Amino acid sequence: MRFLLDPEQTAFARSLDALLTAADTPAAVRSWGAGDHAAGRALWSRIADLGVFALAVPEAYEGLGPRPVEVAVAFVELGRHAVPGPSVETVAAAALLSEPRLAHLAKRFLPGVASGGTVMTLALPGGGPYVLDGDVADVELGVGVTGAGELRVAREAAGPEGGTSRVRRSLDPARRLCLPRPGGELLATGPPVVAGAAHAVRWARLATAAQALGVGLALLDRTVAYVKQRSQFGVPVGSFQAVRHRLADAKIALEFARPLVLGAALSLDPADVAAAKVAACEAAYATARTALQLHGAIGYTAEYDLSLWLTRARALRSAWGSPGECRAVVLGDGADAGFG
Amino acid sequence: MDLTYSPGDQAFRAEARAWLDAHVPAAPLPSLETEEGFAAHRAWEAGLAADRWSVVSWPLAYGGRDCGLVRWLVFEEEYWAAGAPGRVGQNGVNLLAPTLFDHGTEEQRARILPPMARGEVVWAQAWSEPEAGSDLASLRSRAVRADGGWLLSGQKTWSSRAAFADRAFGLFRSEPDTPKPHQGLTYLMFDLRAPGVTVRPIGRLDGKPAFAELFLDEVFVPDEDVIGEPGSGWRVAMSTAGNERGLTLRAPGRFLASADRLAALWHERGRDPYTRDRVADAVIGARAYRLFTYAAASRFLEGEPLGPESSLNKVFWSEYDIALHETALDLLGGEGEAADAGGGWGEGYVFSLAGPIYAGTNEIQRDIIAERLLGLPKGRR
Ligand SMILES: Cc1cc2nc3c(=O)[nH]c(=O)nc-3n(C[C@H](O)[C@H](O)[C@H](O)COP(=O)(O)OP(=O)(O)OC[C@H]3O[C@@H](n4cnc5c(N)ncnc54)[C@H](O)[C@@H]3O)c2cc1C
Repeated sequence: MRFLLDPEQTAFARSLDALLTAADTPAAVRSWGAGDHAAGRALWSRIADLGVFALAVPEAYEGLGPRPVEVAVAFVELGRHAVPGPSVETVAAAALLSEPRLAHLAKRFLPGVASGGTVMTLALPGGGPYVLDGDVADVELGVGVTGAGELRVAREAAGPEGGTSRVRRSLDPARRLCLPRPGGELLATGPPVVAGAAHAVRWARLATAAQALGVGLALLDRTVAYVKQRSQFGVPVGSFQAVRHRLADAKIALEFARPLVLGAALSLDPADVAAAKVAACEAAYATARTALQLHGAIGYTAEYDLSLWLTRARALRSAWGSPGECRAVVLGDGADAGFG
Repeated sequence: MDLTYSPGDQAFRAEARAWLDAHVPAAPLPSLETEEGFAAHRAWEAGLAADRWSVVSWPLAYGGRDCGLVRWLVFEEEYWAAGAPGRVGQNGVNLLAPTLFDHGTEEQRARILPPMARGEVVWAQAWSEPEAGSDLASLRSRAVRADGGWLLSGQKTWSSRAAFADRAFGLFRSEPDTPKPHQGLTYLMFDLRAPGVTVRPIGRLDGKPAFAELFLDEVFVPDEDVIGEPGSGWRVAMSTAGNERGLTLRAPGRFLASADRLAALWHERGRDPYTRDRVADAVIGARAYRLFTYAAASRFLEGEPLGPESSLNKVFWSEYDIALHETALDLLGGEGEAADAGGGWGEGYVFSLAGPIYAGTNEIQRDIIAERLLGLPKGRR
């Protein structure tokens, strides 16, 4: 019983934070949203070099994992820096392909995920109607919603045929939503696909929860800094109790979501993961509302970087299971992965 | 990072569970805010103490099992899961005892702790005064030097369970002319039935005498009943306040058990769609509080002090407790209006409403969070 990160895990978070702080991540987020993926892909490689994606890939396929606690630690940092791209989806695809009965597929795809060379995205039952960043991912997987389970690769190798016409703007400009592609090569069918998909949804929810927690922490930090230096009525606005108490509430919500995320990473139990997703996304979203309010009008502009986290908090709330769907799972009243 | 229990902890859990299974009364005891309930609860605590389950974390010498923080958490999980009664001795056990461990003398510990563990002497906390609530340091009750002790005079209020309790502990102004209000205070214990003490019970929202006003007129207290140095009472009291908000006042086991009961009720009542999300939030909140406490306990066991993080705890559990009970009453629908609504939800609801007020109001806790955890500038209070 020692429910605390160990020194290596803390150091790993620090080095990721240092990398992302030095990398001008906000510029990469903005260009990604505008359809120019070069800076985001470069960032992806550097994140992969630190081992982030390898942590989701079993050692047998050139990975370091699976290590869900470390993945959660990493995704908190990705959220804190609003890193763009289908990172949750890539990790979920790795979880799907790690299903032991899909070993032949693991061999084909996972080494590329571990090294950072392959950016993946996927559509799963239980995950919503869109594939994230389907215009840029190297591999797009799709699982059929039929009870039998049918796994296809809808596209392999990115190319100009990605077709920006399929892209729908998300409330978060840096998330590019696409409708799943029909057809493609049939990779596997039956129970292994169903089991792998359920496992993948748990990883997707866990990584989303961790990312949301990071988004919330960043919003709180930036807002605390802002209200200390913005003065009105001759004093910093952070000295007004109405302001201080809203920030205290944000702090409470985030600090109680954090152990749920880490606890869910330890157990990977569907109800625990769903609980973490609800708590982290609600805390991040409430913090976003507070951050916007306490910044005043500047917070309401696309020019100011705060917007990158504000819109992300909203998007993550509905990604990979709405609050309602996840609450149903907590009560044992809903399907974990949409297969009923 | 792990959440597994050692074989020793698991054996401890099994032993506690077996004892509780055999001893927890089948029917709930009467409310401890009534005279008859108070007596029934004292008897229950005497039984707990007979088998060393009333204060598991205390040293063996005082009736405990000398078990660490993790086992205390485990015991509390089992205690509440078994549906065992609320603790009448909790002011003494959770507030006074830690203070005596830190600041008391060996003689005080040996004299005071064992009867406290057995429920023979039930303690009340006499801090608040009519003019000293959130601004506790503005208190005016006096302690005046007398031969071999002190004479206490003044008025205390909102003293929980003082209507039926035996003794009280609190702060008194022993040096009237200090530059700052929190200087010159002395922490003393006194007998609620001593000459010069008048106890006037006060009915809480439902009319039960859950707290009382104390009028003190030259009440004699011997020197042995001063805790710490005369004049340094504020420092002594603040270590108690940390305990109150921090780990010991509300063990997660209590909320885990309540959330389980709420979820069971929701399933029984046909999975009511209107309360579903709030029931889920109660389950999520109990789990969050448990894991937060395990993380805090892990840090504490590595030697980190609890500090202002206890304020996060206090706001969280007090608001959680109200939401939980409101959800249960809403789920019960019209039946929820009855004060004795099934499963103790009505009584629990009334009790929960006070959580954001006592142990330092939530406004005061949010100020502590803002200043000491977020580093925001001090505001006009
Ligand atoms: C059920 C119950 C049991 C209790 N048991 C005990 C007990 O056993 N022993 C004991 O000594 N006391 C006890 N108390 C008293 C409790 O500690 C006080 O009620 C508490 O400290 C608040 O003081 P007050 O009620 O005088 O409110 P006040 O201090 O008058 O506050 C009124 C309101 O103003 C707000 N406020 C005050 N100052 C500030 C500020 N600086 N910033 C923002 N808001 C502020 C408060 O938060 C509150 O909302 C109990 C109270 C209750 C309800």
